[in-house]
Amino acid sequence: MVEAPPIMDVDTVRAQFPILSRSVNGKPLVYLDNAATTQKPQAVIDTVSHFYAHENANIHRGVHYLSMNATDAYDRARATIARALNAEFEQEIIFTRGTTESINLVAHSFGARLQPGDEILITKLEHHANIVPWQILAEERGLTLRWADVTPSGEVDLDSFQSLLSEKTKLAAFNHVSNALGTINPVKEMTRLAKAAGATVLVDGAQGPPHLLVDVRDIGCDFYALSGHKVFGPDGIGVLYGRHELLETMPPYQGGGDMIERVTMEKTTFRGLPERFEAGTPNISGAIGLGAAFDYLQSLGWEEFHAHEQALLKRATERLSEIKGLTIHGTAPEKVAVVSFTMDGIHPHDIGTILDTRGVAIRAGHHCTQPLMTHFGFTGTARASFAFYNTLAEVDQLVEAIQVVHQYFS
Amino acid sequence: MDDLADLYQEIILAHNKRPHNEGILDPRTHDAEGYNPLCGDRLVIHARQDPAGKLEAVQFSGEGCAISRASASMMTDAVKGLSGDELRKKAQQILEYLTAREAPPALDLAEYGDLAALSGVRKFPARIKCATLAWHTLLAALAGKEQVSTEEA
Repeated sequence: MVEAPPIMDVDTVRAQFPILSRSVNGKPLVYLDNAATTQKPQAVIDTVSHFYAHENANIHRGVHYLSMNATDAYDRARATIARALNAEFEQEIIFTRGTTESINLVAHSFGARLQPGDEILITKLEHHANIVPWQILAEERGLTLRWADVTPSGEVDLDSFQSLLSEKTKLAAFNHVSNALGTINPVKEMTRLAKAAGATVLVDGAQGPPHLLVDVRDIGCDFYALSGHKVFGPDGIGVLYGRHELLETMPPYQGGGDMIERVTMEKTTFRGLPERFEAGTPNISGAIGLGAAFDYLQSLGWEEFHAHEQALLKRATERLSEIKGLTIHGTAPEKVAVVSFTMDGIHPHDIGTILDTRGVAIRAGHHCTQPLMTHFGFTGTARASFAFYNTLAEVDQLVEAIQVVHQYFS
Repeated sequence: MDDLADLYQEIILAHNKRPHNEGILDPRTHDAEGYNPLCGDRLVIHARQDPAGKLEAVQFSGEGCAISRASASMMTDAVKGLSGDELRKKAQQILEYLTAREAPPALDLAEYGDLAALSGVRKFPARIKCATLAWHTLLAALAGKEQVSTEEA
């Protein structure tokens, strides 16, 4: 007999997120825009607030108590995140502003070694953050950008992906989870295929750790990029994981303080990892807050967390499928709790506005994935994206709000 | 609920469902594409001016929400026969009405006809650009600009 997974105590979890108890437009907030940004637990808010109230100082500079303390806290956050992602070394965790900056760092620094005729392979499932830096780089350096196809259910077409790999492919970049459709990509298999062709691999993990346990060594990727604000931490902070052997061969991304060893008028020598990639005073409170977010996530039981999210996905998929004229886009067997949909003759923005008046926050539009939207033949979708703090009752509130859309547009 | 009923007035919903002057005007003297990069919607305005500068006909094509389609539909009715100066004056009045910081009085039904139904949009700041896009695009077309974006200053 298979043992049922333990049930998540959602009420207790929700009580840890102060914003979830507020009202919007006179209705209890039903926050279903978690793929855009997640809400913050009290533990993260308190950590950031405590840092500014009691511990604030610049890092790596002072001989004084507060500066050493802040440096310790910043380094501890790096260690926490390294453990959470199962990186081999703490120095493989570079703090950035977010996934976008992490990818741009790789495009500038790793990209400097690419030669005209080299190819970068991405997929049609990518967010603009994992498209535009490569387009800019390709334009600058005379590279060719290849696009792996997606299947009608919204999965990367692995045959297409494999057929586009060659000895010319120097980098393959793809997301762990599609922000627009919720598809979980087989990143371990894609990484294996790309590495077998000799390519370096970057995984856009913006939507990974909010829903999945991430093990960068198990995936086998060279780079993994993520954003703090999508994983229940502060905004303006993110991470680039990079394999240390590779990072050590890469030139600095930005020049400035903290990343140098010695500066003379003639020449500058650079520090090692990770400081070489962290020029200037970093987002210290953000990094410490992000460490607190990962600590918080690890305090939740993974099995119940995962079972609860999958229950939300199942209920949302079932109930939305019952609505006449509504089509769900993205029906991969492996998905996180994201449901993207369109309604016949009704524009996603009109759906979004009407839902908002019922307190239900969703995203409407192209989700920064215009090539994917164009591929499927529409300009946008309405997207309900869940987190572990959402409830089955909120799925029903979403469905009730959609009935109001029908009242206006039937 | 009242705000929503104000936004999606019957007139707006009717124009969205059965828009006036949707199509690609032929022959025409001016075209421009209005684009909203935030949502990816594009609205193309096609216009024909007579030699004296009077607007003979305006049509629209492209994709948009109920508000942008209804606004475009109502505009194509409202601007027919106007001279360049008259059009610019009317467009300025509508745009000011939709975007003014202080709440202006409701549009005068007698003067504006169906356009008065746009009054409900003011309560939905996220949707004002949907309503203004058609007007900005028509002004751009007549000024000889081929493209205009909601995110331009």
